[in-house]
Amino acid sequence: MAENKVLINKERCKSCGYCVADCPRKALSFSGSLNEKGYNYVQVDDALCVGCGTCYRVCPDCVFEIVE
Amino acid sequence: MSKELRKGNEALAEGAIRAGCRFYSGYPITPQTEVLEYLSWRMEQVGGTFVQTESELAGINMLLGAAAAGARALTSSSGPGFSLNQEGISYFAADDIPAVIIDVMRIGTGLGDIAQGQGDYWQLTRGGGHGDYRTIILAPDSVQENFDMMAEAFDLAEKYRHPVLVASDAAIGQMVEAVELGEMHEHDINAFDWSVKGCKKGAAPRKIQNISYTRPDYEKFLTDKYALMEQDEQRWESYMLEDAELVIVAYGISARISREAVDIARENGVKLGLLRPRTLWPFPVKAFAECAAAKAFMTVEINILGQMRDDVRLAVGCDRPVEFFGTYFELPEPEDIAARAGAILGKEGK
Amino acid sequence: MKLKAPETIFSTENFCPGCGHGLASRLIGEVTEEMGISEKTIAVVDVACCSFHIDYWNYDTIMAAHGRDIPTAVGVKHVRPENPVFAYLGDGAAYSIGIAETIHAALRNDNICVFVINNSVFGMTGGQMAPTTLPNQKTATSPKGKDPAKYGTLNIMPMLENLDVAYLARGELVGAKGMNQCKTMIRKAFEKQAAGMGFSMVELLSPCPTNLYMTPLKAREHVDQEMTKFFPLGEFVDKGGNK
Repeated sequence: MAENKVLINKERCKSCGYCVADCPRKALSFSGSLNEKGYNYVQVDDALCVGCGTCYRVCPDCVFEIVE
Repeated sequence: MSKELRKGNEALAEGAIRAGCRFYSGYPITPQTEVLEYLSWRMEQVGGTFVQTESELAGINMLLGAAAAGARALTSSSGPGFSLNQEGISYFAADDIPAVIIDVMRIGTGLGDIAQGQGDYWQLTRGGGHGDYRTIILAPDSVQENFDMMAEAFDLAEKYRHPVLVASDAAIGQMVEAVELGEMHEHDINAFDWSVKGCKKGAAPRKIQNISYTRPDYEKFLTDKYALMEQDEQRWESYMLEDAELVIVAYGISARISREAVDIARENGVKLGLLRPRTLWPFPVKAFAECAAAKAFMTVEINILGQMRDDVRLAVGCDRPVEFFGTYFELPEPEDIAARAGAILGKEGK
Repeated sequence: MKLKAPETIFSTENFCPGCGHGLASRLIGEVTEEMGISEKTIAVVDVACCSFHIDYWNYDTIMAAHGRDIPTAVGVKHVRPENPVFAYLGDGAAYSIGIAETIHAALRNDNICVFVINNSVFGMTGGQMAPTTLPNQKTATSPKGKDPAKYGTLNIMPMLENLDVAYLARGELVGAKGMNQCKTMIRKAFEKQAAGMGFSMVELLSPCPTNLYMTPLKAREHVDQEMTKFFPLGEFVDKGGNK
């Protein structure tokens, strides 16, 4: 089981797409589900994620926390 | 206490200093520039800050920052410069922030002229900026009052968390008279809980913005605040009102001259009296109870449109005539005022 | 490596998807926390989109009159010189209505930080053109495109860099590289203030998808490819540094 390095606060996500575009491992994608505000929030594939922190850096809404 | 000879504008400045004012930002404009010139060296002596700003716009907004940070803060202007201050004054009123703004009134609309005037009355008393507000205005009539009213102004500003205007004029500003200078008062910038000073972790940050954004009871809050100011802060001086058949209503330099007119008239058997508002707002409506004997009123103002007449009519209740004696640019002469009053009473019939 | 959003910044709720305001505030929050100055920092924000931050961060904050944030911040700093103070305003505030105040604070070398969020339009009011709108850019008040014969496009740096200021820089809130550069600039600005060196201004090029009529990704690309042609990135003054 891949280690979870990234926590996602899905309620803060506004589906802007910066993280999905910038993730060097293509580990992020839109979940297809909507949060309370109606945004298609992102999800992470732990198997691909290396915890580089790019998503945290480019996110305008503090959606991410890198725990490892 | 001993007295010193002081120029009117300098008395405003020293009055602010002795009241604990330690921040000034503003711009030169005649006839109030002595306030800046005096404070440009005096502030440093008391450890305060003086900034000549690039315009009155910068001056009033720098003032907002200083006042929001807890200082007793001051700006001064006249005429067109005072108009530039109006947006900022509206912000002070909206944000519930105390400050004192001096208008050393000059005559005229647009550029106008640099001599004394009282043509800012409507602007001063009706809230010269946008929005649902007006300010307390103190109107000195002497160099001593120029000095004394600064402390009064700061106290009132902090009592109500509201901007307070001091409406002096060029004549008083340029006069030199003997002044009793009060004690030096030190002000603590941490005296107010609401002022910005840094937010400790876990505490709620302070927000300086329209109070209306955060108070669900804003309408009641505002009406209560104004009701209190109107009820408690009317100030005036009465001179020979008890049996006066015609009451002059005048403030500032016009009041000084009108007092002499009252004496001249009385010598000639004309029962004149003087009601001198010391606050232009709240207008001293209560004072009119002393004018039961009056058959007529007359404002004496240095302007053309008789701006204060409306407030006297409202106070009197429109049951007696309210006349107007105005001069433009020139100071009124006491003999002329007395003669006009006599003529009015002659017309009214005794 | 652990990365967690600064506690000082707890919301970005009302900003549009992709808006630079959330990017800018997070960096400011990271810097003040890393420097241990969050509890002393006082912020002055402009009206409109900038003003949302007053409800989104834990700094004591003043919402100044439009375009007057810089003198307001200067007033605060004079009264509380020990507190870090920053003014946070848009390009319309800093370079249109408030440009005299911007220039004079630089002229006085007032010891504050100024962060200008440059999105090339007046955002909140519906995307009208600003001094920073690019030539031929369509906006609400230039429906056929901003006419370069009638209106210029203002790069503020040449106007200020010959004044005796502490720090002038421009970054783009785009991508990890841009964000890291912006953070370095913001940090340097606070350090210069702490050292009493004077006026430190960082202009942050910001995507504004709504008023650029683009998706967030396209808006970001526009900032990086088009806006940087008129607003070059870099440090223009670095007193005590290498410029």
